[in-house]
Amino acid sequence: MTTVFERIKAAIGPEMAGPGLAFVAVVLVFGIASPQFLSAATFGSVAFQLPELGLLTLAMLLPILTGGLNLAITFTANLAGLTLAWVLKANGGADAGFGIFLVGSLLAVMVGAASGVVMGLVIAFTRAHPILVSLSMMIFLRGLGEFLTRGGDISGFPPFVGVIGHGSVAGIPVPLIVFVVCVLAWHLLLGRTKLGFNTYMIGSNLEATRYSGINTRKAIVLVYTLSGVMCAIAGIIMLARFNSVRIGHGESYLLITVLACFLGGVNPFGGFGRVIPVFVALVVLQLLSSGLNLIGANQHLATAVWGILLVGVMILRWAVSRIKISIVRRGS
Amino acid sequence: MRSLIRTHATEFSLLAVIVIISAVLSFATANFFSLGNAFDLLNISAVNIIFAVGLLVVLIAGGIDISFAVAASVVQYGTAIALGWIGGGGWISGLLIAGSLGVLLGCFNAFLIHRFRIISIVATISTFNIYFGLLMFFTRGVSIYDLPDWLTDRVILFEREMPDGTWIEITLPVLVMIVCVIATWTLITRTTTGRQLYAFGDNPEGARRFGINIGAMQFIAFGWLGLMAGIGGLIQAHYAQEVVPNALYGRELDVLAAVVLGGARLGGGKGTVLGCVLGVLLISITQNGLNLMGVSPFAFKMIIGAIILIAITLSNTRIERLLPFVGQKGTGR
Repeated sequence: MTTVFERIKAAIGPEMAGPGLAFVAVVLVFGIASPQFLSAATFGSVAFQLPELGLLTLAMLLPILTGGLNLAITFTANLAGLTLAWVLKANGGADAGFGIFLVGSLLAVMVGAASGVVMGLVIAFTRAHPILVSLSMMIFLRGLGEFLTRGGDISGFPPFVGVIGHGSVAGIPVPLIVFVVCVLAWHLLLGRTKLGFNTYMIGSNLEATRYSGINTRKAIVLVYTLSGVMCAIAGIIMLARFNSVRIGHGESYLLITVLACFLGGVNPFGGFGRVIPVFVALVVLQLLSSGLNLIGANQHLATAVWGILLVGVMILRWAVSRIKISIVRRGS
Repeated sequence: MRSLIRTHATEFSLLAVIVIISAVLSFATANFFSLGNAFDLLNISAVNIIFAVGLLVVLIAGGIDISFAVAASVVQYGTAIALGWIGGGGWISGLLIAGSLGVLLGCFNAFLIHRFRIISIVATISTFNIYFGLLMFFTRGVSIYDLPDWLTDRVILFEREMPDGTWIEITLPVLVMIVCVIATWTLITRTTTGRQLYAFGDNPEGARRFGINIGAMQFIAFGWLGLMAGIGGLIQAHYAQEVVPNALYGRELDVLAAVVLGGARLGGGKGTVLGCVLGVLLISITQNGLNLMGVSPFAFKMIIGAIILIAITLSNTRIERLLPFVGQKGTGR
């Protein structure tokens, strides 16, 4: 019995405690406060809203695991979205075929990857701080997007694009399917591949990793490239959800993706953190937002509560570590 | 002189870049090389420099703060309301209210960071969301245009007509900026506290064993940034003649980029006031020059982003390291 318990504990991991507890607390509090909360409608709206923030958070997760940060995610996503929009526009607008959409998506992914490659190269070869590199990339991409669109938005896409944003297959929203596939891909990447292993190693100790014969530069470039690719996927989903692209879309998500990662137990210095707890943390954030909405508060209050939740989890973690220390001291 | 150049390499290279850009702009545009334009530049950059020297202190102490620009917005709003309660007030009461509100918000960050051992970026991202969310929630995004007259009146401290008919003027924001810059410079280079801040940022554990009060360091650094954010917020309200809840949203990252461009290290223990001011000025001068050259304003950010990216790439690397294939043939690293 205890071995089963231990194995489950090992499988879930210590990172799960924070988001898991927060999940239970949110469901309990809003379940009592609002009778409509525990309904299909709530979870349906969460399922549609989750992917936008979730995909961007996945893009943020990999750089954080290496001890860096990618502040350019939202603008990379929108620039990729713009690429797709231009391809659709140039080939018939609302009458464009599915093939055109696929070509546009491919180009969008390439644009996202290109932004990641540049950041990765600068970070890996000059050892400049990732915050600064991605920050200047962010300023550059925002400027580029504003320059190319004059700050306006592009809309008017074929009807099937709307299906990707709003449709469902067998009752499951299409964006959610895309998101869950990406979560599983990241989970496998980090848990089962050499690159994933190297990512954790680099986050723990870059120098030691390099001396152990791993090509850390290649790994860092790959990590930022994959981050850019995930941004592009987020950009395509955002295009389909809003049915338009503007360089400023989702700008407020930037710091919330970092918040979601930390809430999901990712170590801010890198090296530790897993995908599934981050996924649960995202669900908690969206449930909070929906719950507050039901009670009658607006999105801005939800933003504030997200911040308070992160502080709360951090204080709780501090308290637990203090209790553990005192127990160890008493025991010895 | 040589040792001065070696110890202040960042400042000298920034200065050189500024001189080169200014020289090019002087030839390329008719209006750049004039006193009037120089003073305009100072007036425009004043608020950013006030924020920047505050952020510099936190960076030296080994922290990072994302929330100061939003805190400045909260201060603007709070001060405007408080001034309404006390029935007007004046510059003294305005600065006192704004300064103390700012210190309060800064110390809240320091409290979270020191008491609960939360890493500063996590703590300030949380407080960023808390401050901004609550501000937008309570104000419902409504701006305040009904400010006291003394706050919105332009205060011109010095003005003079140039021979060509243009006016040069120094306004209040510049004076406040100069006071803030000198105060910060005095704090970090001329006081024991300043040396302790550098020591703490460079090696917190070493500083602790040396007997430096770590808690005090955190509160001084974040309190100082809070003070600067509060003053900067009030000055921004004076400059813009209005209080808009999301006007400063996003400013924090631009200021951060400028400060780090000026030689402050993310990780602590390094950075000077001069470098920080030059970093902000470099960006302002570039923007101003592009404007005078008639480049579309939509392209400003793109060019500035590219300049910062190139600057950090070059400042962090020697030329041969950019060519890894050549390097590998030699003796290796």
